[in-house]
Amino acid sequence: MKAFTYERVKTPAEAATSAQKKTGAKFIAGGTNLLDLMKLEIETPTHLIDVNGLALDKIEPTPDGGLRIGALVRNTDLAADARVRRDYAVLSRALLAGASGQLRNQATTAGNLLQRTRCPYFYDTHQPCNKRLPGSGCAALNGFSRQHAVVGGSESCIATHPSDMAVAMRLLDAVIETVDPNGFERKIPVADFWPAPGNTPHQETVLNAGELITAVTLPAPLGGTHIYRKVRDRASYAFALVSVAAVVQKDGSGRVALGGVAHKPWRLEEADAQLTNGSQSVYERLFASAHPTPENEFKLLLAKRTLASVLTEARG
Amino acid sequence: MSNPNTGAHNNNAGRQDTNPIEYYSFRLTRRSLLKAGAASAAVAIAPRHAFGASDATATPAPEMANVTLKINGETRQLEVDTRTTLLDALRENLHLTGTKKGCDHGQCGACTVLVDGRRINACLTLAVMQDGAEVTTIEGIGTPENLHPMQAAFIKHDGYQCGYCTPGQICSSLAVLSEIEQGIPSHVTLDLVSAPQATSDEIRERMSGNICRCGAYANILAAIEDVAGGRKS
Repeated sequence: MKAFTYERVKTPAEAATSAQKKTGAKFIAGGTNLLDLMKLEIETPTHLIDVNGLALDKIEPTPDGGLRIGALVRNTDLAADARVRRDYAVLSRALLAGASGQLRNQATTAGNLLQRTRCPYFYDTHQPCNKRLPGSGCAALNGFSRQHAVVGGSESCIATHPSDMAVAMRLLDAVIETVDPNGFERKIPVADFWPAPGNTPHQETVLNAGELITAVTLPAPLGGTHIYRKVRDRASYAFALVSVAAVVQKDGSGRVALGGVAHKPWRLEEADAQLTNGSQSVYERLFASAHPTPENEFKLLLAKRTLASVLTEARG
Repeated sequence: MSNPNTGAHNNNAGRQDTNPIEYYSFRLTRRSLLKAGAASAAVAIAPRHAFGASDATATPAPEMANVTLKINGETRQLEVDTRTTLLDALRENLHLTGTKKGCDHGQCGACTVLVDGRRINACLTLAVMQDGAEVTTIEGIGTPENLHPMQAAFIKHDGYQCGYCTPGQICSSLAVLSEIEQGIPSHVTLDLVSAPQATSDEIRERMSGNICRCGAYANILAAIEDVAGGRKS
């Protein structure tokens, strides 16, 4: 691990200002992903800004009937919140399907959204990776790509976003709130948070330098049946091959978002519109632009069958 | 990592004569050879970060920081390199070697300790981030003369073979029962709005962050169920 200076900050504005002043600075909250990557020298910040002292650990109701989740709310606490369990069960389920009890106790809401891919070539500093070293190439394209994206990828990168929580956040149309070093606040729909990799896969989010996530807001509850189904190589403590988050209403309408298949939670409004026409129609819309490798082609069939299973369960 | 040799033997059990770093390079080389042909043989002698984010030769001076931790009820003050994880602070600075380093990447659970009453992976947090925190390690849970009931249950049910993962297993299992009592749901909780129960399915799921390479899982489960049953009655 490279040496770094360390500071604690008291306000979001102070954090953002400090990040702008010091080149090579990074925020640290839970640290479960950042420290892992720092040990491997994939992340090499020269300055760490510990944001754990910011009072961003509350879950509060919003005036329009939703919930505002502080950026520092730990995954365990978010999953266990009575309002989330009752009104946003798909979010509790997604959180509980991810990581381990120890990691969920440390990992934060904002950090979960910002976690890096678990592509083995991103992690292996002997291999080219356009995310880690822009322009060096992508070892996954012709490598072991069983875990990789089947849709939304590019000739530069086929990494997946590893989060379960993010899939539920996308399904629920969550909105990310940020503050930048100039004190400017903005709201970013989760749908717009992760740009397509294109030929700049190192630009993973739309956040600007020094911009700090302060909260994630959920709109008013949707009602309906909430399901999060995660298919993985082990029954627990493994990343998704495919996951399906769904909220389905009594009349069969609703929405679905998939994890493990793209650089972001994969949801298309045109696919949601097909929900009353059966899972095959939904699947066809979701994966019309699929571009799998021979090693991960199986994910398409897995996604199709998982969708069918989830929608059958949702309709009781 | 600040000291790559520390505790790394667990990754290498059965290969005690092998330097862990050489072993790692060997594995990479072998895989690269299989993947890309003989050209990749150069990887073995290439710089460690051929495609890394940083220049391996530029090593800035360590940054030091003062940290106060309340470890097992005792206040301890340390001066540490900011890079020091809580795990390394416990083992290397405070010589509390009950907490084990397995993978050092949050994957195995051997380093599980309780911080302010919650279980975390001590390898994935910095000591400086825990300034002022209350930390409970296996040394604070019981002693050979005065075993905690969970420790006694692990012995009674033979919940280990080599014992390396056991301190983490015991810290984790105490937290698991506490989390169930607090009503925190898990992946296998059927009804999210009711209080979870300490069933075997719940315990198995909640213990999935603690790996036992000897495979003593059935006996670990029996030990935890024994304590959970005792608590309920």
